[in-house]
Amino acid sequence: MKLQQAGAVGELSAAPPPHLKEAVAPSSVEGVIVVRGLEKSYVPGQPILRHLNLEIVRGDRVALVGANGSGKSTLLKCMIGLHPNSGGSVRVFGEEFAAKPSAQQRVVIRRQTGFVLQRPCLVARRSVLSNVIHGMLGDPGSWRGFTHQFGKAEWRERAMAALEDVNLADKALQRADSLSGGQQQRVAIARALVRKPQLLIADEPAASLDPAAGKDVMGLFNELCERHGITLLFTSHDMEHAVSFSSRLIVLKGGRLTHDLPSLDVTEDILSEAFR
Amino acid sequence: MTTRQFLVPPRLTMGSPLTFMAWVILIAVIVTSMNDVAPSPEQIARGVPNMISLLDRMTPPNLETAFMVRVSWLIVETFQIALVGAAIGIIVSIPIGWLAARGSSPLGPGAYLVKAFVSLLRTVPDLVWALLFVAAVGLGAVAGTLTIIVDTIGFCGRFFAEAIEDSDKDPEQALTAIGANKLSIFTGATLPDVAPSMINASLFALEMAVRSSVILGLVGAGGIGQELKVAFDLFQYQNAMTIILVIFAIVLVMEVLTDYLRRRFS
Repeated sequence: MKLQQAGAVGELSAAPPPHLKEAVAPSSVEGVIVVRGLEKSYVPGQPILRHLNLEIVRGDRVALVGANGSGKSTLLKCMIGLHPNSGGSVRVFGEEFAAKPSAQQRVVIRRQTGFVLQRPCLVARRSVLSNVIHGMLGDPGSWRGFTHQFGKAEWRERAMAALEDVNLADKALQRADSLSGGQQQRVAIARALVRKPQLLIADEPAASLDPAAGKDVMGLFNELCERHGITLLFTSHDMEHAVSFSSRLIVLKGGRLTHDLPSLDVTEDILSEAFR
Repeated sequence: MTTRQFLVPPRLTMGSPLTFMAWVILIAVIVTSMNDVAPSPEQIARGVPNMISLLDRMTPPNLETAFMVRVSWLIVETFQIALVGAAIGIIVSIPIGWLAARGSSPLGPGAYLVKAFVSLLRTVPDLVWALLFVAAVGLGAVAGTLTIIVDTIGFCGRFFAEAIEDSDKDPEQALTAIGANKLSIFTGATLPDVAPSMINASLFALEMAVRSSVILGLVGAGGIGQELKVAFDLFQYQNAMTIILVIFAIVLVMEVLTDYLRRRFS
């Protein structure tokens, strides 16, 4: 019964509980991401996301959980316009789009968003410093950043600051593939932070790491987001990570949002239902 | 006793009648062609003494200083043709390979057209290109260099495109999420990943260029080949022997050098 107190919104529930209502109510200007009636299907008739409503406000640390195929990664990609939406709308940093953002909107959104994927996705044969500078390749006129040797002095300084944030400044000139998996993921975090984003999106950032390195990376996320005032949205299959490193937990099941509640209120029933 | 529900497959399986017919036709074509173009035992019997006699006339090779100096300069010219042609061809092949690479090309489906163009360059033999360039720019090394450029683009363009298609897509995905454009993704993520394959293909191209450049002279496109043709035309077989030995030496040196570089960079 704690489940309902915590805010279950099963398909049959007529009225969402109070805290969920708040989340899907007409958005405030503070909303970093506002999702309204979002639909997504890769194959017609097989929806991945079904009429999602969601608002993420500045400073939130949101864990997005759900079983494989529940639509977590798709939701992340639709939110920043990496995949075109099939219906509904998304507003990110005040830029509202339906199917996909315009080129100009994409620049605005991606300039303020850092993205960390499941694997570090580094360029193995380049230096750690070059990989961090790659985080600025989305900026206009940034083509010189393909290697740190040609990067502007200001970029190198920012990249070194980001590397210092993840405690890897001493490895700046090493080849990326000479680092351990955990260190490589920290470089990926530095790459995401180098443009000083307001929003950090991480798609199962600890999934490819051993438990100790995973915990270390998640702790680093939290510390950096708190230090720099960054809004964090991450997906995870590790319930301990999801609950410990977030302030809010959203559960997706079959493309629907079933729970949206403070992490402190999460019960075992909710978690077991999410993965059933 | 258990009854088995499966049959053990036979050691050999009979193909379809269509496959059988295809094999029969292929063998018939080979046998018929052998009758037309393969050397007969009588021809071999006649040819061997002729070859021995020719080798006798070719030895000892001509080692006169004046001739060796002329050959040395022609070897330098041959190297220049190979090196300049391969270098320009390799550099031009990088953007062409990118444009032709399925999935990475900024031209989208237009990549197939670029690939078809590269195939055209590759399928026409180098001596034919040399004849065309001799007709266009005249006799000499420039025609040879142009031939090597086209030959190298045909070879490297294809290999670079394939290397780019097979490159690690993870960094590309990360840079796409950041908002990087296609050129930045290519220079930042793809090129470093495919660099070892590209260096490998480039060294092969250089080796091929040296081999090609020694024979381009046969059609007037400069280099040592021209001297070889003159030597045979004027029955100066000892001169021809010297040139053949020098060609063998430079091709061998080139193979050893590119093998070493390939091991170093891969």
